[in-house]
Amino acid sequence: MSIEGTPIAIDPSTLATSHEGLARRFLRNPLGVVSLAVLVVVTLVGLLAPWIMPQDPNLSSLAMTNAPIGGQYLLGGDSSGRDILSRLIAAINVSMESALIVAGVAAVIGVPAGLIAGYFGRGFEAVSTWIFNLLQAFPVIVILLAIYSVIGSSSELLTAALGVLLSVSFFRLVRSLVIGVKNELYVDAARVSGLSNWRILGRHVLYVVRAPVIITASYIAGLGITLQSSLAFLGITNATVPTWGGMILEAFSNLYTSPIEVLWPAMALGITVGAFVLFGTAVRDTLEGPRVSSRRLKAPRRRTEGAALEDGGALLSVSGLSIGYPQGSKIRLVVDDVSLEVQPGEILGLVGESGSGKTQTAFAILGLLPESARVTAGTIRVNGANILNLPPARVGALRGKVIAYVPQEPMSNLDPSFTVGSQLVYGVRAVTRVSRAEAKKVILGLLARVGIADPERTFRAYPHEISGGMAQRVLIAGAVACNPNLLIADEPTTALDVTVQAEILDLLRDLQKESGMGVVLVTHNFGVVADLCDRVAVMKEGRIIESGPTREIFAMPQNDYTKKLLASILDDRSPLRRGNPGSTLAEKATAR
Amino acid sequence: MTPLLEVKDLRVEYRAKGFHARANEVLHGVSIEIAPGETLGLVGESGSGKTTLGRAVLGLVPQSSGQITFDGAPVAPGLGKQRRALARDIQVIFQDPYTSLNPAMLVSDILSEPLIAQGRKAKDARTAVRALLDRVALPSDAERRYPREFSGGQRQRIAIARALALQPRLIVCDEPVSALDLSTQARVLDLLIEIQEQSGVAYLFISHDLSVVHHISHRVAVMLRGELVETGSADQVTGHPKHPYTKKLLLSAPVADPDEQANRRAERHRLVEAGM
Repeated sequence: MSIEGTPIAIDPSTLATSHEGLARRFLRNPLGVVSLAVLVVVTLVGLLAPWIMPQDPNLSSLAMTNAPIGGQYLLGGDSSGRDILSRLIAAINVSMESALIVAGVAAVIGVPAGLIAGYFGRGFEAVSTWIFNLLQAFPVIVILLAIYSVIGSSSELLTAALGVLLSVSFFRLVRSLVIGVKNELYVDAARVSGLSNWRILGRHVLYVVRAPVIITASYIAGLGITLQSSLAFLGITNATVPTWGGMILEAFSNLYTSPIEVLWPAMALGITVGAFVLFGTAVRDTLEGPRVSSRRLKAPRRRTEGAALEDGGALLSVSGLSIGYPQGSKIRLVVDDVSLEVQPGEILGLVGESGSGKTQTAFAILGLLPESARVTAGTIRVNGANILNLPPARVGALRGKVIAYVPQEPMSNLDPSFTVGSQLVYGVRAVTRVSRAEAKKVILGLLARVGIADPERTFRAYPHEISGGMAQRVLIAGAVACNPNLLIADEPTTALDVTVQAEILDLLRDLQKESGMGVVLVTHNFGVVADLCDRVAVMKEGRIIESGPTREIFAMPQNDYTKKLLASILDDRSPLRRGNPGSTLAEKATAR
Repeated sequence: MTPLLEVKDLRVEYRAKGFHARANEVLHGVSIEIAPGETLGLVGESGSGKTTLGRAVLGLVPQSSGQITFDGAPVAPGLGKQRRALARDIQVIFQDPYTSLNPAMLVSDILSEPLIAQGRKAKDARTAVRALLDRVALPSDAERRYPREFSGGQRQRIAIARALALQPRLIVCDEPVSALDLSTQARVLDLLIEIQEQSGVAYLFISHDLSVVHHISHRVAVMLRGELVETGSADQVTGHPKHPYTKKLLLSAPVADPDEQANRRAERHRLVEAGM
């Protein structure tokens, strides 16, 4: 069931916050600070290597063979009597270089190819996808060994070849991102503004691609160092230049006499690669926006228990309901002191504009508020029992049997991987203990009742095989399957065409008359209210500002906001547009 | 008077994926005309092809046959160089003000982009942006903000300002108020009418909502399954519809008056029983 449209839905635009904001957020993330610091220190040490190395890394002294830690050689000597610390420092540049080459080559090949394939498609996409698939099919190490046998031990060429092999990650990523963004309306708008394809690629598309490319590049850089070290460990790089992989190889042959030697290059390798990967992770976290704290805020619960009125047999009675969402240390109320009542057989319209809290109120009655929502005060009584005090299992048992729900988006409320029939049967059997065959009989009857011409076929159909109006009929059939007392319909016709809307409204009216159930109809459309509702409650900014019988509210609205809303309706009573096109302002004014 | 835009017998088909898949024709020979300064309302339900017609006029979908003429000169299909020059004359406002503005760009960049694309200097563009914001009644400090800082109605004003930037003679409005709240919707429609009265721009106004179309249009065309079923003045189409589909469409939209709505419902039921 979808809870879209709740006010805490994460705004997709947080993905593209301004620059300073991003940098600051990144630096507030401990992961980001630590990984960045490690990378900066490692790079600096590498660049300053000639000046800060305590010894010549290739100078071997017989006396210092396998020297212990802490002597003249701070981290000891290796099997050839060379200073391990100096060799570690000297190896930084090779590692960083290979990281840069691998990530750079991969990006330079993969990003433009992905951009072009994604944006222009057609032949280039088919050919490039084929080539990159082929590249990915090669086993990396085997290919590198083959290249080594041809070109020799040039480590730059080998890492560049590695970059070519890894460019497929960039290609795939960029291509799928571009395919997503090229159908955005703002790209269409740019096209209509007369921007050329290259300008659109540079201005609109590249921006979306940029951040994911940085993240992937840092992973690939880490991978580049690892693979370069693996090659050195296999002994197929220039042995005169110290490398971490080469040092591990040497330490390995010496493992029994001086096991500690393997630790230093392994640590240098692990820390550097780890820093690259964590840096990428931190960038991703930063771009995803601040995480909603899962800390549960204890809300002060104003108990209205004592003051609970004996409501004269109301089916639903909401009193003093307040719902809020934690925002920092405070709670922002989205529903504020709402009270309403629905008698059996009555249809109540809950109207308001977006953000008025009408959907939140409906979800509270269903017991389906999002995790982070807090009911700070009030009671919701269904048939006399306050559902806010019931354990979740009891509320669950109420749903379906006593309270049913018809959603706004029929399509997203049907599971695409199951047939319509199996979903409905499942729903019926979850509430009443009947056999599968009996449930099917009930469902087929209901499908016919909600006006579906061929119930058998719809029963066997998958959701994508039926239209939106048909899907809404199916969901209504499911909602009334167990004869609920109370139906909550959240904008049940908003997503439908106007002719289909009229049919669904007819259906809801007929079903309500037949069964005598109470209905809460959440809507923004006063026409729907006029068509169906006995009473109306108008909501604004979380409060009910006016309520009463539908006829009275339409004839004599008391509240200014209600008056303003009713005046905004563009039906036959509103001033018509007349006069000829191109006529002057004055002429038009008189024509009106 | 020569029409500003003339669409003659336009056919559009979408090629289906796959080797031998048959193309799916969504417009079956549609003809419309729009005079300078006129609003033609285009009504229809989802899948009727009304958005495709708008996109074909904008050059965003390829046409399989037919001819689009703007100001007497034939328009080449697609978005080639010639069509890009026409950007000065034909602009667009989309339905969804949340996805039609690039979230990563400042409002000033969004508004100056079309100007710079047409070869204006950056400094001129900046002055023009201020005038545009003023034109759609947004505060001038809006230019240094991002689209996400604005409400739906304000974003749609930014989209309108972008469409006005090149002083076009025709704006294709594709459901420009469908995503807005009722009270915001009325204010945006009034702004569009006011702009038309001052600048003489013509609108192709696409909507599924007859009351909105009725409010803003001089003439109305009704689409059903890729064909026009009825065209006429706004009052005639919405007041005395000829085609049974138009009648059904009119009676299906509920009005905010319980008694009148009950009458309409009864009338619609009679129409349905009569076989429509």
